[in-house]
Amino acid sequence: MDAAAIFVLVSGVLLIGFVVWFFFMGEGERGEARADESGVQKIRVTVKAGYTPDVIVLKKGVPVELDFYRDEAAGCSERVVFPDFGISRSLPAFETTPVRFTPEREGEFTFTCGMSMLRGKLVVEA
Amino acid sequence: MPATTENETSDGVRAAETRRVELPITGETRRVELPITGMTCAACARRVERGLSKTPGVGAANVNFATARATVEYDPRRTDVQRLVEAVEGVGYGTPGALAGDDARAAVEQEEAARRAERRDLARRFTVAAVLSLPVLIIAMSHGRVALFNVWWINWLQLALTAPVVFYSGAPFYSGAWAALRHRAADMNTLIATGTGAAFVYSVVATVAPRLVAAGETTDAGGMTMSGAMTNGMTTNGAAMSGAVMSGAGANAASMNGVPMVPVYFEAASVIIALILLGRLLEARARGRTTDAIKKLLGLQARTARVVRADGRHEDVPVEDLMVGDVILVRPGEKIPTDGVVTEGRSSVDESMLTGEGLPVEKKAGDEVVGATVNGAGSFQFRATRVGRDTVLQQIVRMVEEAQGRRAPIARLADVVSGYFTPVVILVAVLTFVVWFAVAPADVRLAAALVHMVSVLIIACPCALGLATPTAVMVGTGRGAESGVLIRGGEALETAHKVQTVVLDKTGTITEGRPGVTDIVAADGFDEDELLRLAASVERASEHPLGESIVRRAQERGLSFSRVENFRALAGHGVEAETEGRRVTVGNLRMMEERGVHLDGMGERAASLASEAKTTMFVSVDGRAAGLVAVADEIKPESREAIAALKRLGLEVVMMTGDNLRTAETVARAVGVERVLAEVLPEGKAVEVKKLQAEGKIVAMVGDGINDAPALAQADVGIAVGTGTDIAVEAASITLVRGSLRGVVTAIALSRETMRVIKQNLFWAFVYNTLGIPLAAGAFYPLLGWTLKPVYASAAMALSSVSVVTNSLRLRRFKAGLMGRRER
Repeated sequence: MDAAAIFVLVSGVLLIGFVVWFFFMGEGERGEARADESGVQKIRVTVKAGYTPDVIVLKKGVPVELDFYRDEAAGCSERVVFPDFGISRSLPAFETTPVRFTPEREGEFTFTCGMSMLRGKLVVEA
Repeated sequence: MPATTENETSDGVRAAETRRVELPITGETRRVELPITGMTCAACARRVERGLSKTPGVGAANVNFATARATVEYDPRRTDVQRLVEAVEGVGYGTPGALAGDDARAAVEQEEAARRAERRDLARRFTVAAVLSLPVLIIAMSHGRVALFNVWWINWLQLALTAPVVFYSGAPFYSGAWAALRHRAADMNTLIATGTGAAFVYSVVATVAPRLVAAGETTDAGGMTMSGAMTNGMTTNGAAMSGAVMSGAGANAASMNGVPMVPVYFEAASVIIALILLGRLLEARARGRTTDAIKKLLGLQARTARVVRADGRHEDVPVEDLMVGDVILVRPGEKIPTDGVVTEGRSSVDESMLTGEGLPVEKKAGDEVVGATVNGAGSFQFRATRVGRDTVLQQIVRMVEEAQGRRAPIARLADVVSGYFTPVVILVAVLTFVVWFAVAPADVRLAAALVHMVSVLIIACPCALGLATPTAVMVGTGRGAESGVLIRGGEALETAHKVQTVVLDKTGTITEGRPGVTDIVAADGFDEDELLRLAASVERASEHPLGESIVRRAQERGLSFSRVENFRALAGHGVEAETEGRRVTVGNLRMMEERGVHLDGMGERAASLASEAKTTMFVSVDGRAAGLVAVADEIKPESREAIAALKRLGLEVVMMTGDNLRTAETVARAVGVERVLAEVLPEGKAVEVKKLQAEGKIVAMVGDGINDAPALAQADVGIAVGTGTDIAVEAASITLVRGSLRGVVTAIALSRETMRVIKQNLFWAFVYNTLGIPLAAGAFYPLLGWTLKPVYASAAMALSSVSVVTNSLRLRRFKAGLMGRRER
């Protein structure tokens, strides 16, 4: 094995480690929803190749309005699904679509695109 | 309209949560609430207020900054919501959804426009990619055999042709990949961008600074540089990886004009981009069609309504401005603009677009009509009972939309896999590069490693996995809605296809749920029509349901009624009157006995009819027995056929009823049901369903949404038989818009077909990826000598998602009705 092969091998292993760390161990951008005067927790979520923020912290028992702004026309994100809440909404491109519900249980709930490739997380706290 | 005020208010409040409220104040003033966006301070609110107040026709405008809402009172004759929105926009603010408000149509149109724009953009990028990558592909495919291409600047030419493909056509992949990366996510774009990017960057380096790449290849001078011939031979010829081929003619012609020639892979980058764009274009087209059903439903809606004002004026009003209580005129052949109750006139209405039932339905005063259905030859007026979001049509559209997003449990594995798919593919690609670099002959290892890595990145198709279930559920539920079968989503579909036992509630499901004439027996000297005509003429004055059934039958036979006099109804006995100078009595046995009518053997006939659970009424004319009419809860005409179809589907059919066993068995025999659960109390129905489930059966319960709700909820699949107007039955996972048992057959057959398509899709997607990725990585090369060039990998990838969507679209051709037979 010559120098070049060793170099490729070592960088390959390092790259694999990096990929694992980067995609599987990182945390997304957290966003905390705030309740406005009307007592609704509101947060704006931008949809573009993912959800920003993709971790949303909510309070239990307070109505939630997530305003999804879809900043792309690419097909993948045209639907957002909250399987635990039985909600599924189509998101017209370049528009804000409100999703309303009230979390009644504490815990972590994922939301995804229609094809489960884009992911976000709701963290419902007491 | 004091009677309807309460109703309107509650409707209004519901609408406020989502879009806007519109309340009539007086006949001539309306109030609308508009959500306002873009206001940053109280001064903004005042500007919006001023903008609205200046609009002609606006009486008062009040903008609340805290709630970001404007309340506007306006005169509908002088302005409309559209103009109010323009006024708000005119002063620089927005009113999102104010117009789309009551109507999903606008949203769908908008989405459609976005899709069209996406397709146009894709088509442009694809055209550029296709035109420019073709010469690159030809140069690559020539394998140096074409002397014309053996010039020193051939790689530069390829670079010049490929650069626009990468930077313009491929731009969405790179920007998408970058956006995903910022979310620490990887998607299709990541794979395509990395794959084509690697091929392109390597080729650029090989063109601009060939010595650099050559140095990386090996220290062996012989293999270090290659002729133009081999350069491209390697690219497109899998065998180039083998050292044996490399030692051929090309290996010695190491340079041209003193410049070492190293292999380039421009065609990999440009052809891949072209093919994947083509795949996306086809997929976008096909995917657009998966929502055709909703578009079709929304397209049914009328755009205007002819409202009859209190003073008798007729006025054409946009449907979104209709209000509960409006009286609307429908002329022959017109679409009915909203839901309501007929107030005068009569006609037949084609409701097939909502119910899937072919025959027109007769409508007269007091009957309900549903928006989007089509009036026949008559003309009538009706009072609107539901408008905007509350109409049956909009409810159906909403239900279908929601259903289309609900996951089928079968997709759970695919869902989990797609979440991890792309990062894992990247890992496999890196591994492929490292292994090939380590094991391939030294003179070609860089090329071999690169080519295989690119193939792996390009062939992997998470889209096929991701699209497998949702597209099938979408097309399947859409197709169902067109046939009047509303399925709640993937889970309902999946359970429905496993159903073994179907429990049918008798009354209102198998039968009409109201009495109808079953037998007419005429005594000597009378014929049936004469008997029916006389009885009906007398019964027309009564309001008894049994009497109504006689009148209805006479109307069906086209008999004319005669005038009656001295009408008398004796509760619990019958009715009598004089007509055509004769005294006609219609009543039960006791009444006949009291009148001293000699029955002439009619009594025995009545007893035998009674044993079939029919109610008999005797008819006497001038004290002489004229015959009898038997009435029973009529079996719906299609019940027998539908039950036979259910049996053909291999299902056990059970009838459940609160009636006594004798009545129940009569009906069961008539429709061909063997297993009967009779004398079941309403609250016991759920228990009976549970018992069947305890036998290990997967049970579908078919019943109405109100009385049978607990049983529907208890069953694995609750199928609610709608009356055509109440759609959102909570307890049911499937709702039949029109109460025909044919819908049950459609629902179960459709669910089976959809599940079959889902399974095919998932199988194909999994097999494609689990075989394709190792093939592209060259895992089969040591044993079988199989390898895959990046260009073929990209073609396979482009095909895979298209084929999944196309397979789902086959469901659009699903034939509803009775097992493939359909009257439409």
